[in-house]
Amino acid sequence: MVHDLYQEIILDHSKRPRNCHPMEDANREAVGHNPLCGDKLKVFLKVEDDIVKDVSFVCSGCAISTASASLMSESLKGKTRDDVVKLLEKFHDLLTTDAPIPDDLGKLVVFCGVREYPARVKCATLAWHTLKSALADSAEEPVTTE
Amino acid sequence: MSTLTSPPLAGFDVEKIREDFPVLRQKIHGKPLVYLDSAATAQKPQQVIDAIVKFYSVDCANIHRGVHELSQRSTAAYEETRIKVKKFLNARTKSEIIFVRGTTEGINLVSHSWGRKNLREGDEIVIAGLEHHSNIVPWQLLCEEKGASLRVIPFDDRGELILEVYEKLLGPRTRMVAVGHVSNALGTINPVKQIIEMAHGVGALALVDGAQAVPHMKVDVQALDADFYTFSGHKLFGPTGIGVLYGKTKLLNAMPPYQGGGDMIRTVTFEKTTYNDLPYKFEAGTPDIAGGIGLGAAIDYVNRIGIEKIQAYEHELLVHGTEVLNTVPGLQIVGNAREKAAVISFVLEKIHPHDIGTVLDRMGIAVRTGHHCAQPVMDRYQVPATTRASMAFYNTMAELDYLAAGVKKVKEMFS
Repeated sequence: MVHDLYQEIILDHSKRPRNCHPMEDANREAVGHNPLCGDKLKVFLKVEDDIVKDVSFVCSGCAISTASASLMSESLKGKTRDDVVKLLEKFHDLLTTDAPIPDDLGKLVVFCGVREYPARVKCATLAWHTLKSALADSAEEPVTTE
Repeated sequence: MSTLTSPPLAGFDVEKIREDFPVLRQKIHGKPLVYLDSAATAQKPQQVIDAIVKFYSVDCANIHRGVHELSQRSTAAYEETRIKVKKFLNARTKSEIIFVRGTTEGINLVSHSWGRKNLREGDEIVIAGLEHHSNIVPWQLLCEEKGASLRVIPFDDRGELILEVYEKLLGPRTRMVAVGHVSNALGTINPVKQIIEMAHGVGALALVDGAQAVPHMKVDVQALDADFYTFSGHKLFGPTGIGVLYGKTKLLNAMPPYQGGGDMIRTVTFEKTTYNDLPYKFEAGTPDIAGGIGLGAAIDYVNRIGIEKIQAYEHELLVHGTEVLNTVPGLQIVGNAREKAAVISFVLEKIHPHDIGTVLDRMGIAVRTGHHCAQPVMDRYQVPATTRASMAFYNTMAELDYLAAGVKKVKEMFS
């Protein structure tokens, strides 16, 4: 039953997160913090001509927040800022509503199990909220999902 | 679940006790509930639930005012609890027992009332590094307001306070020493009698946060010579919303009221209000009458089992739980004080406590994960959070075996 939440792909990404390193030539970055869990995350972006060229992150957090950041980083390259915001909204709906599961989320659908665990929604969304902040024009205040 | 691996305490029938707790009779995600979060709030026996239901169904009225039958009944039941608390803590008189919402309000009452009147710029307040946020923040606020400073007693790797350093922190400017009796995050039982004695040695007062101690051990405020001692009803198997502040009569009499309103006044004119006697001076407004009555039933319940028996049985739970959890490879218990209550905080390699908590929950096991409102304690061990199993006398050895098996399963999943 608990495997609905911790699907194999989530466990894989939490144990071997992709794009998990600082980025020297990032032109945008933001810090996210979930004070209740102690989760901390930093997202690095290279955005050129409104297109996300590269994404990376560093984090200390639970399996859900780490896997979410890892899978997010794999799903953004080549997207425009508007595309990213739309994806973020869809991802958020996937976690927080009973709406039918969209078919254009790719691997991100593995997080649909989080719906059944309201206490863990903030873990799965921390990376995305931080991303949003990095994309915004001024990102000085750390993001929190509390 | 595996069978008992340790013989139960003679005359202590945990299965019979469990029958008194209706909440324990349910399944969570299809598995029997294993409740190991009593340090957050304890479960309530039927006797407490019945007392509250009886109050609302039969006796409900406001207290201290009416001459009618119901008001007299509810006043008598509420005030009866004050006498029970007085005996339970061995206070000198029942007027030293002030009802508050809980430990947090008890501490805030003292920091506001005593603190505002007595603290001066340059004065010092000493707390312990093990404190829960509730025994840090009220003093921080007071120090900021008064230009006083907060000094912190450090603790060692075992989770024990370093009294040699405490001694050096004490001085002529120390006005108050506020310490937890038992650490909620680690279970350390602090040597409060000695801490109080040392505080008195420099002329300071001492407040003890007894939230984690009162449900699990005999507390005698006179033997401790505590100036203030505070606890919450809901951790003592009573309802939420009611707690107790004990204070020495002389100190309470010299303190200004904390809040203004009904019950705390004797006469009111627009020129001058005179205040009621203790304890009512500190009890403004209609209190949590049902909560007070429920707390009385909880104290009766604990007395019927016997606090010494509870303490002995819970120590067995602690020893057994420590033993079985130590068989999990990679598990590290945080806090190994020599004097410890039945609380086990642990970390498991790099696996985040929230993942541990979620997997255990699906097995029916309720544990607390996070920083336990004691962030400085987490910082000291350089961990963001721990998983905490906190026990009460309704837990069994078999439940702890099941916990250890669950933690092993978590480890297999994530590593």
